[in-house]
Amino acid sequence: MLASAIVLAFQAIRRNPARSFLTVLGVVIGVAAVITMVTLGRGASRAVADQISSLGSNLVVVRPGQRMGPGGERAPQFRAADIQAIRARVASVTAISGVETAGATVVYRAHNWSTSIVGVDNDYFRARQLRVASGRLFSEAEQRSGRPVCVVGETVRRELFGAADPLGARVRVKGFSCDVVGLLTSTGQASMGMDQDDLVIMPLKTVQRRLAGSNDIGQIVLSVRDQESLERAKAELTQVLRERRRIARNEDDNFNVMDTRQIADALTGTTRILTLLLGAVAAVSLVVGGIGIMNIMLVSVTERTREIGIRLAVGALEGDVLLQFLVEAVTLSAFGGLVGVALAAVSSIVLTRMMAVPFAFDPAINAVAFGVAAAIGVVFGYVPARRAARLDPIVALRHE
Amino acid sequence: MSLPPLIELRAVTKVFGEGPSAFQALRGVDLSVSRGEFVAIMGPSGSGKSTAMNILGCLDTPSAGAYLYEGVHVEALDRGQRARLRRRHFGFVFQGYNLLPRTSALENTALPLIYRGLRGPARRKAALEALDLVGLSAWARHSPAELSGGQQQRVAIARALVSNPTVLLADEPTGNLDSEMGRGIMDLLTALNARSGLTILMVTHEPDMAAYAHRTVRFRDGRIAADDARQAA
Repeated sequence: MLASAIVLAFQAIRRNPARSFLTVLGVVIGVAAVITMVTLGRGASRAVADQISSLGSNLVVVRPGQRMGPGGERAPQFRAADIQAIRARVASVTAISGVETAGATVVYRAHNWSTSIVGVDNDYFRARQLRVASGRLFSEAEQRSGRPVCVVGETVRRELFGAADPLGARVRVKGFSCDVVGLLTSTGQASMGMDQDDLVIMPLKTVQRRLAGSNDIGQIVLSVRDQESLERAKAELTQVLRERRRIARNEDDNFNVMDTRQIADALTGTTRILTLLLGAVAAVSLVVGGIGIMNIMLVSVTERTREIGIRLAVGALEGDVLLQFLVEAVTLSAFGGLVGVALAAVSSIVLTRMMAVPFAFDPAINAVAFGVAAAIGVVFGYVPARRAARLDPIVALRHE
Repeated sequence: MSLPPLIELRAVTKVFGEGPSAFQALRGVDLSVSRGEFVAIMGPSGSGKSTAMNILGCLDTPSAGAYLYEGVHVEALDRGQRARLRRRHFGFVFQGYNLLPRTSALENTALPLIYRGLRGPARRKAALEALDLVGLSAWARHSPAELSGGQQQRVAIARALVSNPTVLLADEPTGNLDSEMGRGIMDLLTALNARSGLTILMVTHEPDMAAYAHRTVRFRDGRIAADDARQAA
């Protein structure tokens, strides 16, 4: 009986191919949208996670304010003395550096390039596991006296120097000239529009004096000996900073300490929420697609009243007619689901390419979206199917 | 000869609607039909003959009175039980043939068997036999649009017969046909009745066609006005 219902459903669908296609279009778009959104979202999450994990697993970042991102309150910045205190009192620290960042345009002859200028100590390279491909890091004297020297990232080199050798070249940044002493090894991480090779690194003092105009330190980056000492180091470091910033016992920290994993969690958490939101919006279109199926099925039942009457007269039971129309609705929606899955695969691949995020195929969301599409056929097909099944055969046969 | 009748209506009434606008289609009909009879039902429009046929075919229920089929009180059955009884015992032939369009004669004929759980090959075999019975086995692949009215009605009869019903209910089977085609259909019905003892109840307007039956029941104003059996029956 089910087999013949499926055959009947295919006959009915083939009888009206254009209408059947338009009917399932809503479901196709809905399924494709849900899958694409979730796939893109997961790709974005993975991109963020990859990027963060490239920072190294024993990295700790300390920022003023309570949370990541732009906070409402103005928490005091850090000072050089804070860094010295941490270095002295937290035993497992292997490298520690203040970080002060400014945006600036760097000019070399006729070329100019807008990039971030990052002021750090040599320890920063060690903590971040960054290396110079050629040239050198900063000397003690250069760091101490804030000399105008810099190490450039691969992107900056390409944009400013092209084929020329950057080492020994002199670039202009805002009002001062700066000698290029090193070229950073490319990290090769370019995703989500964040190019990690697009930066110029200078000694911290240089940035403070010549660009920021203060002794503030916006961020402290440090690495600890190993994974095991991470929690203890964070606790000790928090204690040191609480003392130095004179935070009373009952007050909250006015700075935050995050390790690599926490940063990754915070960032992927955001993309996860966005993914969920986008997926939910897309799911609405799936429901609208279901309503489209219900609409057409109702029209179809009215159009085929006479056929239903004939079937009832030649021996179809109510259940047979119900099954026939239900199977027809489910066949339509499941077909729409299949096409949607295929469309989603294409659009996900294209969009992940365009957005430079990894293509993270997720079998679960494909299965779920397809399942929901089929279920929508049952839910929205039931009312028309029941209407067909409850038709009075006498009335149905007389229907013109 | 006291075999219980196959079909028995006892004081059946049927009212459509309620209150002042109610219409009494049947006003106490008693009718009994034995197995193997060929009964013509005549009467002007609105006389209640179609309502009676619907009740006899288990498509409708009486407002009052009893309908016994093989001693079973049909009026006490629910919709599903009536559908099963109908499926088991009745074949229908309509004035308008009521074939599915764009569907071959063979598939139209096989349609009732889908709902009786027969598999594809068995359905085709039985449908071909039924088409053979009405002399249309050569037209099995044709769709209704490619058949004449008489041929379409033969397909409809084949469809009604394919499930081996006890009773064939024919509602003006020749109403849309010219008299020659009509006579062909009547010859077929007569032969089926004579050969396999099929009980036939046929509504008709035409005395020529009613003459083929053994017995003519005339309806007037919701009652049976006359019930003549031919001597030869």
